[in-house]
Amino acid sequence: MADVAFRLAAPSRRLTSGAVAGALVLASAYLLPPLVGSTYLFEAILLPFLALSLAGLGLNLLTGYAGQLSLGSAAFMAVGAYAAFNFDLRVPGLPFVGSLILGGLSAAAVGLAFGLPSLRLRGFYLAVSTLAAQFFVQWALNKFDWFSNGSASGVVRAPDIVLAGHVIDGPVERYLFALTVVVAATLFAVRLANSQTGRNFIAVRDNETAARIVGVPVLRTKLVAFAVSSFIIGVAGALWSFAYLRTIEPAGFNLDRSFQILFIVIIGGLASIRGAFFGAALIVVLPLALSRLGQAAFGGAFDSGVLELSQRVLLGALIIAFLIAEPKGLVALADRARARALRPFLKPPYGG
Amino acid sequence: MSTSTIAAPRAATEGARAADASAPALEVAGVSLAFGGVTALTGVDLKVAEGEIFSVIGPNGAGKSSLINVVSGLYRPNAGCVLIGRKSFAAVPAAALASLGVARTFQNLALFNGLDVAGNVAMGLAHQDRTGLFGQIVGSPGARAEEARSLVTEILAFIELTAIADRAPGTLPYGVRKRVELARALVSRPKLLLLDEPMAGMNAAEKADMVRFVRAARDRWGATVVLIEHDIGVVMEISDRIAVLDHGRKIADGAPAEVRDDKGVIDAYLGVAHDDDEIPLELAGAA
Ligand SMILES: Nc1ncnc2c1ncn2[C@@H]1O[C@H](COP(=O)(O)OP(=O)(O)OP(=O)(O)O)[C@@H](O)[C@H]1O
Ligand SMILES: [Mg+2]
Repeated sequence: MADVAFRLAAPSRRLTSGAVAGALVLASAYLLPPLVGSTYLFEAILLPFLALSLAGLGLNLLTGYAGQLSLGSAAFMAVGAYAAFNFDLRVPGLPFVGSLILGGLSAAAVGLAFGLPSLRLRGFYLAVSTLAAQFFVQWALNKFDWFSNGSASGVVRAPDIVLAGHVIDGPVERYLFALTVVVAATLFAVRLANSQTGRNFIAVRDNETAARIVGVPVLRTKLVAFAVSSFIIGVAGALWSFAYLRTIEPAGFNLDRSFQILFIVIIGGLASIRGAFFGAALIVVLPLALSRLGQAAFGGAFDSGVLELSQRVLLGALIIAFLIAEPKGLVALADRARARALRPFLKPPYGG
Repeated sequence: MSTSTIAAPRAATEGARAADASAPALEVAGVSLAFGGVTALTGVDLKVAEGEIFSVIGPNGAGKSSLINVVSGLYRPNAGCVLIGRKSFAAVPAAALASLGVARTFQNLALFNGLDVAGNVAMGLAHQDRTGLFGQIVGSPGARAEEARSLVTEILAFIELTAIADRAPGTLPYGVRKRVELARALVSRPKLLLLDEPMAGMNAAEKADMVRFVRAARDRWGATVVLIEHDIGVVMEISDRIAVLDHGRKIADGAPAEVRDDKGVIDAYLGVAHDDDEIPLELAGAA
């Protein structure tokens, strides 16, 4: 009975220590960068990091938790961005947050449609069928200039983000806005992952037959995964365009971007909320660090072409290394490092 | 729909066992099944009375797993029908199986490796969840979640898994994983329990534990049990009745003593099986 008591007490204890850590991260995310950050930090690092983390978070729900491989992330980002743009443009009086949510819902609808093949297809075949979303959305954005309000290239300037009459202006305010959206989405994802639906995702991923037998609504679960994931990825696309780039352009949402989001999830850690943030941090910081290092080591010879190439090589090597050596990603590395650091302070039963 | 089967105490099992003549818990009538050219089952008939432990035995490839897969709706028979309780099905709807009060285990382990032991067991209650996604996100866990938690705690204690409740199944020995799967099947207090070689790969002590759990499932909760098992000693000890399959046909059906003395069975199965009793266990253990 002591064991039962321990077992029942454990989740809440884990919850409180997690909540404390989360609160610390949150407080520093809100307070530190505005105090010490340069424009460069916001524009080149933090804003793309937030948007990519959010996209990774969305994909991780679908691929990491529910086990449905998708290569359509950039398409869902594009739908979120262009839909938010059009709602903002065409619905007078709609607050920006409304456009953002409707953008996410539009992405969810498109994600749901392209998730239908998941009811029949698996793994590699499903991934290929989600490519259809990628090509279809890019085709539609190029073909119909209505989406970009008549711009022939499809590129439009993103309108200002306006909150309750206040124009979100400057990198710090855009950062704080994006951060708030990401925090809200993360809380949602945490709740989802710990809900019955989240456990159903994992059950469907791990053993679809057993899941069906215990009464998990398998088809509905897959569609919910596609819809929720695409919603979050759509909002990420809107953040990418409105808060980070301040232009909306189809080229930014190509297949490369879809792969980038997938790599974020793989490197960061599948089926982990933190994984998306770890992976996005690495993806954003890697080229910057590489460029600094290259410049320092080779000077002018390290031009943008070489940078691009070495970045791809290094990323490819990292992905292979992670897939082979640590399929659970950076999160697992971090957890192991923390356990090692804490071991001296813990009694044997918890130290192992 | 199925909440009553969980909350309400089951009718006295002794009475149910005595009344063999009442509607069977499970009936399989004229079921045939083929995969392309391979016949797995040919005109199989079975009647399993409520509260019975009913074993299905037969050599490898006899069609035992196929039979359970038909009953649980994973295979659609080419002919015949399955009656569960009072409902008759040409093809059992697998998705509604749990709501029908039927739970099963698999010959090859089918656990959810991304969930801990308690999480796996709790999935046995997945069919009861009626809360919409929105409610799950914003709501606080209600009375039903409390009830589910106490059912899981109880079954973990009963199957003696409490100490490893938060372990990942992948870190556990094979025999323990088999027990986790049994716990997942039992947590919903099924009326009908289908067990496909639950003791495969276990040593004698582990088997004895498993026998105890299966008996208790029937005695405490009144479950009707259909058991596939290669260990003849266990089968003879635990079964009320035994059916023997060979090449997809039922060749005998009766009390343990009758089946043991049946000439056809001895020829087709027992005489041979006694020598290579260990082989299927080895195979299953390696799987
Ligand atoms: N999904 C399937 N596809 C094709 N053939 C199958 C399938 N399932 C079973 N069979 C075939 O049906 C026959 C019966 O197999 P089944 O698994 O039911 O035997 P079993 O009695 O459970 O054997 P074992 O003791 O080895 O578990 C075998 O010939 C098998 O190859
Ligand atoms: Mg079998």
